[in-house]
Parts: sequence; structure tokens; C-alpha cells
Amino acid sequence: MAKSKTDASRTLPLAGFHGGSSTVRLEAAAPAQRISLRASADDVPALSGALGLDLPVKPKTSATANGRTALWLGPDEWLVIDEGTVSPGGRLMQAAASSGVPHSAADVSHRNTAILVSGPGAARAINAGCPQDLSLTAFPIGACSRTVLAKVEIVLLRTAEDAFRVEVWRSFSDYAFGLLAEGAQDAAL
Amino acid sequence: MLLIHCPYCEEDRSELEFRWAGEAHIARPENIAAITDEEFAEYFFLRNNEKGLTYERWRHIHGCGRFFNAARDTVSDRFLMTYKAGLPKQSIPPAEEATAVAEEKTVETWEATEGDAR
Repeated sequence: MAKSKTDASRTLPLAGFHGGSSTVRLEAAAPAQRISLRASADDVPALSGALGLDLPVKPKTSATANGRTALWLGPDEWLVIDEGTVSPGGRLMQAAASSGVPHSAADVSHRNTAILVSGPGAARAINAGCPQDLSLTAFPIGACSRTVLAKVEIVLLRTAEDAFRVEVWRSFSDYAFGLLAEGAQDAAL
Repeated sequence: MLLIHCPYCEEDRSELEFRWAGEAHIARPENIAAITDEEFAEYFFLRNNEKGLTYERWRHIHGCGRFFNAARDTVSDRFLMTYKAGLPKQSIPPAEEATAVAEEKTVETWEATEGDAR
């Protein structure tokens, strides 16, 4: 038990989880800052300038710059992830607020956690529970989508030919990790 | 797996990502405080529940989150077309409609095999 307030440490949602197979590697991603951003098309340029990256406006695309990634979720909705060191105060929230245009930004840094799936069997492992076509033509590097993984909703981002980032709500993360671990076993058969 | 074309994602996606959201093109009366109870019931509760071609609202809830309209054949479950919310009722391309009508005849329905209509 922590002796004082300064001894307290945060336990990450997927701390201690491990899984994978000979063709798939599963890792819990490091903590990151995230905002759920809603804005109309007219305000996209100002928000892009404030966040330091071009918010994607085409379906299923993402943009990465300065350690930040913006994922297109809907015509007026983005998930912005900042993988820099987590500092209190919410840099993303401040950046969005500095845009000076109407928008809705909600800090969802602790609502989500992420699982990194990589290796030659990564797509097959995710397809164990996800109905999307993950071939490179339909889902190229940088493609992203909100979709389902069996019974939970995920946001999927392809970071490399054989690597994906699976963003999932923290309370669903043990289910998602367990399912991906099963998928990883099947992908190695 | 049934694929549904999302007009916002501009792509065919699995039905698992979608939710049905009732009949489409039901306009809220502008003078809603003035209409009679019968007129309100007609607007609020009563739906056509048509067999065959219907216009419905669907939501890409596990995708872009948007509501859109779809023309669907409730006998064969075929989606004839989808279009963005807010657009007026679209007419179905004749070729699609012909396919759907032909398909209806080949679908084994409960009425044809078990029901009173046999």
C-alpha cells in the first residue's frame, strides 16, 4: 500500500498482459494523450493549424505530424492521439482551444487504451473478430476506421504493412486483448 | 455477410457496424402543438411496415456514426440503394428494382411455406 500520496502510482489497464504467437506480437501501448474532436468543415483549417497537423477529410484516412496522429472517424469527427510524454494539463486540449473556432474537444486519454498488434499474422489476428477487409489495397498504411472487434467497438489504425494500433475503451481492453491473443494463436496455425 | 454501402464512408461495410433506425422520411409536423391527438398518433406511433420495398433510416453506429437513408427490400433483405440523410426520397434505379422484384419470387417466405397464405 502506498505510504503517502507521492508514492501512489497509476496501474495501466493492460499492465502485465502478454500474448501473441510465432507470427503475431501483442503489446500494450504506452500511455498517450487523446482527444475526441468534433468540428464543422469550415473550422478544419484553423484547428489543423492549432494542432500542427492537417486533419484528414477523406474517409478512412489519418494524418501524422509532430508526434501526433489525427484519425478520421466521421465527416465531422476525429480522434487525435499525442504519443509524447504525458504531462498534466492536456496539451491537445490547449492546442484545440487556441484555435479560436467553435469545436467540441473531449479529453479521452484515460477512456481509451491501445494494443499494438504486429507481425506477419497481424491482419489475420485482428480479422478473428473484425469484419473489415485488411488487405493492403483496401486498408493501406495510414488507413484507420472505427469498427468492431467481436463484441466491442475499436478504432483501428494501420501503422505499417504488418502493424496495427487497436484503440479500445479501457474497460473492454482485457476482452480485446484476450480475443487478439486467441486470434494470434489461430493466425500461427 | 451482408454488406451495406455507407454514403459517408463511401464504402461497403459489414452489417455488424450498422443499426436499423426506423422508417425514413417522416417529417415532424410544423404546428405540432396545434394538431389533434389522432394526427399526433399518426405521426408519432403509426408506421407502414411495408412488405417489399421500404425506405428506412440506418445508422453506421460502429463506423462514422452517421444516420443515412436506405431503400431495402424487406422480403429478400437486399439493399437497393443508400443515400445521405437530409436528401429527399430518391427513386430506385430501374435495374435494381427489377432485380429485387425478380428476387422476391425466389425467396422462401414464411407465408409461402407455413403461413395461412399458402
